[in-house]
Amino acid sequence: MNVNLLTLSEVVDVSGEIGNFSVKVKQHPRYIDMEKCIACGLCAQKCPRKVDDEFNLGLNQRTSAYIKYGQAVPLKYAIDGETCIYLTRGKCKACEKFCPTSAINFEDQEQIIDLQVGAVILSPGFKPFDPSGFDFYGYRKIPDVVTSLEYERLLSSSGPCMGHLVRPSDHKEPRSIAWIQCVGSRSTNRCENGYCSSVCCMYAIKEALVTAEHTSGDGVRQTIFYMDIRSHGKDFDRFYEDAKAKGVRFIKARPHTIEAGKDNCGVTMRYACEDGKIMIENFDLAVLSIGLEPTADGKRLSDLFQLNLNQYRFAKTSDFSPACTNRPGIYVAGAFQTPKAIPRAVTEASSAAQEAATALIHARGDLTRSKTYPAERGIEGQEVRVGVFVCSCGINIAGIINVDEVARYARTLPHVALVENNLFSCSADTQEMMAKKIMEHSLNRIVIAACTPRTHETLFQETLQETGLNPYLVEMANIRNQNAWVHQREPEMATRKAKDQVRMAVAKAALSVPIERTKVSVVPKALVIGGGVAGMQAALSLADQNFQTVLLEKSDQLGGNAWKVNTTDQGEYIRPFLEKLIGRVESHPAIEVLKNARLTSAKGSVGSFTSEIQVNGASRDLTYGVAVLAVGGRETTPAEYLYGEDPRVVTHLELDALMRDDSAGLKKAKTTVFIQCVGSRDERRPYCSRICCTHSVKAAIHLKDLNPQMNVYVLYRDIRTYGEREDLYRKARDLGVIFIHYTPEQKPLVGREGADLTVEVFDPILRLPVSITTDRLVLAAAMEANDSKDLVELYKCAANADGFLNEAHPKLRPVDMAVDGLFVAGLCNYPKPLNETIAQAKAAAARAAVILSQTEMTLDAIKSFVTDKCDGCALCLDVCPYRALTLTDYQAGDGRTHLRMASDKALCKGCGLCSATCPKGGVYVHGFTMDQLRAQVIAALEDVA
Amino acid sequence: MTEKFEPVILGFLCNWCAYAGGDLAGVGRLQYPPNMRAVRVMCSGMVHPDIILTAFNHGADGVILMG
Repeated sequence: MNVNLLTLSEVVDVSGEIGNFSVKVKQHPRYIDMEKCIACGLCAQKCPRKVDDEFNLGLNQRTSAYIKYGQAVPLKYAIDGETCIYLTRGKCKACEKFCPTSAINFEDQEQIIDLQVGAVILSPGFKPFDPSGFDFYGYRKIPDVVTSLEYERLLSSSGPCMGHLVRPSDHKEPRSIAWIQCVGSRSTNRCENGYCSSVCCMYAIKEALVTAEHTSGDGVRQTIFYMDIRSHGKDFDRFYEDAKAKGVRFIKARPHTIEAGKDNCGVTMRYACEDGKIMIENFDLAVLSIGLEPTADGKRLSDLFQLNLNQYRFAKTSDFSPACTNRPGIYVAGAFQTPKAIPRAVTEASSAAQEAATALIHARGDLTRSKTYPAERGIEGQEVRVGVFVCSCGINIAGIINVDEVARYARTLPHVALVENNLFSCSADTQEMMAKKIMEHSLNRIVIAACTPRTHETLFQETLQETGLNPYLVEMANIRNQNAWVHQREPEMATRKAKDQVRMAVAKAALSVPIERTKVSVVPKALVIGGGVAGMQAALSLADQNFQTVLLEKSDQLGGNAWKVNTTDQGEYIRPFLEKLIGRVESHPAIEVLKNARLTSAKGSVGSFTSEIQVNGASRDLTYGVAVLAVGGRETTPAEYLYGEDPRVVTHLELDALMRDDSAGLKKAKTTVFIQCVGSRDERRPYCSRICCTHSVKAAIHLKDLNPQMNVYVLYRDIRTYGEREDLYRKARDLGVIFIHYTPEQKPLVGREGADLTVEVFDPILRLPVSITTDRLVLAAAMEANDSKDLVELYKCAANADGFLNEAHPKLRPVDMAVDGLFVAGLCNYPKPLNETIAQAKAAAARAAVILSQTEMTLDAIKSFVTDKCDGCALCLDVCPYRALTLTDYQAGDGRTHLRMASDKALCKGCGLCSATCPKGGVYVHGFTMDQLRAQVIAALEDVA
Repeated sequence: MTEKFEPVILGFLCNWCAYAGGDLAGVGRLQYPPNMRAVRVMCSGMVHPDIILTAFNHGADGVILMG
């Protein structure tokens, strides 16, 4: 209701400033009335004009009347004006003839829409790199060379071959597939994309693994040709190791030529192994892992909004405010800022929303709308009167199912007081008619036999509410999506099934009772645990939105790890930023900072938590509506390579201290060696610490700047300078830093020869061990999360096997925790550089503000409830994944105390594991009680002899 | 006994995955035999074993739990 979606639109002009922008939007004609379109797809079926389907990258065809894909939002068809026969040649209109709702409007015109807005968020996305210019890969010349995006469509069950993988040349299933990484990324030679696209390694591994699911039998060979595997995200390295264990072959090489195979089928590839040996190998199919490029739209928008772009034409932002542009009030999100995977894009979108929300704080709520309904009337004691509305959905349902027969049949069912057939149940006039009928016939249960409750239940619930009925007294029978559309060749069977579906729905509806949507009052206060940059930034973002915030820090100083790091990845000095941040946090009237403090208890749930806090040994209670967990992480202490035994062996943070305090000493060194992955990506910590490669490369450049004559070596497994950090890697090589690849099987050996510190490593290019005498050895020690076991226990939230606090969903909800009202940010979630920490903290604040901005939160009604049959056996307690059930004392009528379960509505998600576990009907889920499910089952089988 | 055997299958479909998949099959017009009757549940974990036995007792030839 508060989101106005303008499709087919582009910004053509903008003026004004933060708080008051005038934006001119050009909306191109859709030629289909969105109000009338019911997405039945008849226009697409009848449209005679076939054009390449751009969503499937031209691998198949669509019609001029189309939706881009099945999950399109809004789910409304459109006519492509550039190819439509009527719009280009003045004849046809087949769609208009068949459209059951008269939604086609060929008179539709381009419109100019003027918007007044306070802030703008730009997220034009990215463009997949087009490899046609690389003649050596033969793309578009050799049939069996495809891009990774094309391959993605070939694998997709909604793609051109319905997920049954075939190669383009002969439409046979490929048995050996090769991926070539870094096509259009990390290359300044044949293109100008010097950056790493960040996502291709992971998608290639995913495609390789998914391939096995889409091919017949065993024996599919997947080979990935790579420079460095960059699986630097949370749990990504496990995925990589898993792929290796499942037989995906990884070859460190960049194939230089692809030629067509025999009869133009398959490919022949030449590549040089790490030892220089030239290999020639045949594959059935080659996949080019194409990178991400800025879009032309991004360039156009940045001109229009006068934004600064970087050298690659991505939006230029500071590491300290990754969503902010050079123009106040204009924010960016997604790959427009830098290439990134979904979790980061979603996180940064929330952080952009946080920036906009803070900018517009004075106007909060001014333009938001909400709906009101008449008071609910009770139905207790009333006879059950079911109204059944059978929808024709134009001919979508009625074309297959005999709706008259279904309606006639529905009249014979018990409790049914009224049956109507509607052409379109979802249309506004039908809703009005329905409301009238409900009143006229005193209906108190409604069954709608139409499409799916997943898209339309809310609409019908609202209609019930308009009449004062509880919204949970409606039940849908899905006779369109799960019947007419999938049984088009069996109309009789489909009609029979529809009758069964209606009977099932009536049986269930008859047992429906009003369900109350629980409301919880929200304590308008936030608790932030951890006073590092993540915690401080989250606290500040909440306080700037006028929410009282308590910031808990276990030590006597705010700032955490940021004190020990000198610069961000873009080279911005951290200390001044940090001091300013601490100053703002400590002086903010809405923030209470508690140092030397720790949490000792946590009770309650979203909207109202209560904790006991120990501050300087004294105890106090705190009540709050939400909490952000930002307890941070730390550099580990290496247990190898003479660390702690020889003072010349230091960690990254110790090197940063030397850079701050002893530049002269650093400069004197003739040789400095870095060893990567010290304690990361091994058995104990099977994850990548994400930040160390960039840190080493940056430090190596710093040393070369101090003393160009210094020999600097970096011994690495994979260099993971993702995104534009790749520029640092290239710069280091240009400056003469020597990078030597090592494997975990042949780790470097560190020793002492007399007073000399030596490092021996096997050089894979020379095929010889190399011994380096060094003045300093810098270890890229692994990062780990600070211990959060106590918080996990207190809040009953979750951490992964490596001790990092878990988000509710890595992509969909990357800063929410699975426990409602809890959010996570910073190193305790996963190692990450400062800019990502800041974005995540702001995102956590944005998400927390969604709760805090309400005085009362309405929860979903589908929740478990305990019945008087519960005897407190507590079998359900262990199976509840949300720990929503507790064992309590209960005073029975006889005055004796019994045990009984209690369900916390704020924690319960209505999954019903409790209900399926309970042997005695002691706990059910509203709307899905055992009686209701049983009634549906029995009704479904009524006709079975 | 020449009539073809048409089994009656009772399906329990999780609202968040299998049921959504069923809807999408419709959008994509993927055709399949009309022998299943679907009961929408909020999680496949909410289906009590007794309910499955009820289905068999009332003559279901098969029960499919999708989640």
